[in-house]
Amino acid sequence: MIWIYLIITLLGNAPPRVFDVPNDGGNALRVEWQLPPDSLGKVDSMLILRKTLPEGKVDTIAKAFTNHPEFVDEGVNYKKAYRYSILYFIGPVQIQSKWSSPAKPIASWIDTRKIPLFILMILYTTILLVYIFTARKGRELYLRPIAGLEAVDEAVGRATEMGRPIVYIPGLSTISDVATIAALNILAHITKKAGEYETKIIVPVRNPVVYTIAREVVKEAYYTIGRPDLFDPGQVYFATDSQFGYAAHVSALMTREKSATNFFMGMFWAESLILAETGASTGAIQVAGTDAVTQLPFFVVTCDYTLIGEELYAASAYLSKEPLLTASIKGQDQMKLLIMVAMILLSLLSVFGVNITLGLF
Amino acid sequence: MLQRRIPLVIVFITGVLMSIQYFIPHPVSQSAYNIALTWFRGVSSMAYAIAVISFVRHHSRRLKQPQNSFYSAVALAAFLFMCIVGFGFGIEEGTVFYKMYLNVQVPLQATTFSLLAFYMASAAYRAFRVKGFEATLLLITAFIVMFGVTTIGNYIPFIPKLTEWLMAVPNLASKRGILIGVGLGMISTSLKIILGIERNWLGG
Repeated sequence: MIWIYLIITLLGNAPPRVFDVPNDGGNALRVEWQLPPDSLGKVDSMLILRKTLPEGKVDTIAKAFTNHPEFVDEGVNYKKAYRYSILYFIGPVQIQSKWSSPAKPIASWIDTRKIPLFILMILYTTILLVYIFTARKGRELYLRPIAGLEAVDEAVGRATEMGRPIVYIPGLSTISDVATIAALNILAHITKKAGEYETKIIVPVRNPVVYTIAREVVKEAYYTIGRPDLFDPGQVYFATDSQFGYAAHVSALMTREKSATNFFMGMFWAESLILAETGASTGAIQVAGTDAVTQLPFFVVTCDYTLIGEELYAASAYLSKEPLLTASIKGQDQMKLLIMVAMILLSLLSVFGVNITLGLF
Repeated sequence: MLQRRIPLVIVFITGVLMSIQYFIPHPVSQSAYNIALTWFRGVSSMAYAIAVISFVRHHSRRLKQPQNSFYSAVALAAFLFMCIVGFGFGIEEGTVFYKMYLNVQVPLQATTFSLLAFYMASAAYRAFRVKGFEATLLLITAFIVMFGVTTIGNYIPFIPKLTEWLMAVPNLASKRGILIGVGLGMISTSLKIILGIERNWLGG
């Protein structure tokens, strides 16, 4: 009796409903189906069938679960339409539902989930541009002193007095990492400073792309100060792309060359302590800067000065004292203030049960 | 002049396009992103060739320096050997290249990594020296956290909860503070480069 009831129920089963998945590139459709409650546990297995239009080609795309009546098909193309059907297996009997009406995935031109982020980006860009235009008008902007950057002159001067080289490590990450770009910006300043005193700067690099850029940065920096003769192609070189091989190489370099000053700027991982501790043991003055939160404690302990997080990004503006770059730091501070105020206000609202930000980001 | 202006124009156009691309899920936008990735891979592979030349040139020069000649000779010999066995006999499992990687390169890397334990001990000693109020606070906090994650610490009623609180509240709050600053700094640096305000990556 149950068999007959079930077969009749399934034969009359409505076709699955198909919906477009929003905010995607038109490569997904959501298929939903419903089984009568008393059929649960009686259906052995289910298969989802897909018919591609206009060809009419039928594919089995997945095995469905009776207790989860939904499936997202991510193998579709926004240029084609599709129909879906469910194939039920009840013992030796196979029953297929009706085909759904044709559905075409829609390729979205805008991801609505990212709109709050877009608004924030526009707001931040506007604040930055306002400060940049203010600086263009000639208004002077104050930057709080950063000990690590104040010490750059001292660090370069020490190397000059001792007649020993400076070792500069632009992190171990790729050029896609913004910290690496910030490190290369700082490299330009330090090279210019070192070049003015004719102090040698050695830059071993781990990443091949970073190596080619670092080489050009150093070369151009010497050109800028009118001392192209100081550029030695051997001073910027590719060491190895092995993380600990690089750590071993730099440790040996610092020990053998007895560098007077070491700069560790950019992105670092587990090798940070190996590098900084070896440098400290040679008696060199060390300045580090990273946005890797987990490596900061190691640098704080082993280096004389450490640029924490955003200070790494502010370094270039700070060292150049260029009004436009300084203005961007002021804009950054204003945005931080805005975020802090928003956080306090929204936290207070949350305490009173008003959760207006949930799901916004 | 053009040598500077052309890269700045390329960076501006690419930067603006890629920023907009992030908000567009349409396949046209995705294919543009894939093209950019392909270009990046192409540039990277060329950079590898240049980097290998730099490696060989650097160590060849150092062969003339008595202080460094031995190490550079080892580096060059190892490089040449791996090139010969890699190109000559393949790099698949069971080949000489694979065996050398597994039995020489991997243990050497592990050895360097293991040195970290000793460095950590000396760094911890330096960090926990009582020099003032802040250092004392650090010492006490570190003691509680370290004690809290040990077996003995688990037997003292309040220690595990205090450790958990220290990690989840003050530690996480300061981490998030740094991360917000880092995020803003990243956007700011990217904007400065896209708008051509920051030109130090071109050498100043």
